[in-house]
Amino acid sequence: MSLYFKYLQILFKSQMQYRTSFWLLSIGQFFIPFSVFAGLYFLFERFGQIKGWEFFEVALCFAVIHMAFSLSECFARGFDTFSSLIIKGDFDRVLVRPRSTFLQVLGSKFEFTRIGRLLQSAIVLLWALSNLPIEWSLFKAVTLLFMVTSGVLIFTGIYMLAATMCFWTVQGLEVANIFTDGGREMAQYPLNIYQKWVARIFTYVIPFGTVNYLPLLFILGKTEGNEILYMLTPVAGSLFILPCFLVWQFGVRHYRSTGS
Amino acid sequence: MKVYASVLKLRLLIGMQYRAAALAGVATQFFWGFISIMVFEAFYEHAAITPPISLKELITYIWLQQAFLAFVMLWFRDNELFDLITSGNIAYELCRPADLYGFWYAKLLAQRLSSALLRCYPILIVAFFLPKPYNMTLPPDVTTFILFVITLLLGLLLLVAISMFLYISVFVTLSPMGSLLIFGVLGEFFAGLIIPIPLMPMWLQKIAFVLPFRWTADFPFRVYSGHILQTEALIGVFIQLGYLLGLLWLGKLAFNAALKRVVVQGG
Repeated sequence: MSLYFKYLQILFKSQMQYRTSFWLLSIGQFFIPFSVFAGLYFLFERFGQIKGWEFFEVALCFAVIHMAFSLSECFARGFDTFSSLIIKGDFDRVLVRPRSTFLQVLGSKFEFTRIGRLLQSAIVLLWALSNLPIEWSLFKAVTLLFMVTSGVLIFTGIYMLAATMCFWTVQGLEVANIFTDGGREMAQYPLNIYQKWVARIFTYVIPFGTVNYLPLLFILGKTEGNEILYMLTPVAGSLFILPCFLVWQFGVRHYRSTGS
Repeated sequence: MKVYASVLKLRLLIGMQYRAAALAGVATQFFWGFISIMVFEAFYEHAAITPPISLKELITYIWLQQAFLAFVMLWFRDNELFDLITSGNIAYELCRPADLYGFWYAKLLAQRLSSALLRCYPILIVAFFLPKPYNMTLPPDVTTFILFVITLLLGLLLLVAISMFLYISVFVTLSPMGSLLIFGVLGEFFAGLIIPIPLMPMWLQKIAFVLPFRWTADFPFRVYSGHILQTEALIGVFIQLGYLLGLLWLGKLAFNAALKRVVVQGG
């Protein structure tokens, strides 16, 4: 763990060497989801609601998934850009070191400019929360925290799966974007607005539904039945990363160097 | 003109080589298309007032957008050209016995065209045979279709003219990120990529109408579905032509001004 923080610190310092570029990129990262959010806002201005969901409820949904996405892009960037490690043959170096491959790949890259994106979603989160009539309790606050964490873990899991594919394909696969970028776009809205089969896939196979839809019901007080169950769904969703981790281990064992 | 035509042809052939990558892109775009259609479907279901564009027209609009994404995206860029400018290798380009603006224009045009040609067929064909209500529909009549083709091609020419400014700006800033961002975010928003122009609030639509971006993609797609009437479309063609000539002229002017100030360091 201390090694991880070392990595974090060194890469942060190195990125801070280009201060202006860092700030400009961060501002840029702020505006990309901003325009998406503006689109969402204008749609609500015209239609008023989406299948019974109010604007601020969807904004909360949007904020949670975008926060999770920006955090995972910042901290799990190493897996996202993993194909370059393979292509250059740098993964050989990782293997000979006496530390776990997971930790080293994770620490190989951080993208701190995502702070802009994080800031944008944090503002949306605060705006949504201050406009929603939620009866707050400790459980609900914890659930909110769980939601973001579970989102980060799920995105990281997908990055890991995509990275593992690189052991066989060498090149990175664009298809993985369906689940990262696509998953993010989709989970911006509550899952029940989609067709049943889509909602099912994204609850049981790739559990985005557990990040913001199911616990969101609990926070907004829309649940029927056992509330604890809804509260714990993000925890269940987090388990997604375990099989991903196993697949990664399996992939590492089958690694063949490109030799370049 | 012959020089530019051969550049166009050559680059087109190069672009067509990346079939596997295009296929992966197609899968992604399908997913995007589905998601956005479902979102709009949900919005439309309980709409209190009739929206200014029907769901059927909107679905066609979205599939066209996905099929011809290369004609809309300003993010779609040629890093080679950026490198030429920032690394100083532009000196080689200047030695070529052709006007550089036209040369680059042809190159960029070919890239977009090849990317769209590879991707549009699978998307369009499958989109036609999807179950209702997700399928794409044929245009109301032949004239509309001809108008659509004309406006789409003019839109493409216009988009490349706009994107030339991106490269020109790098002569001044030396880093493509800033300009890419402004062009990318604003341009795509006002081209109707995030939400279709007819669904924007009135004041925003007014801004969109003044800017050239909507003429690149939003306009031809709505001509196709018949949302824009034929007479209006004809007027639109002339506006497109006007924008195109204006931007080409301005672009060339700015390009030559930038080239005059180019300093190439040895090494």
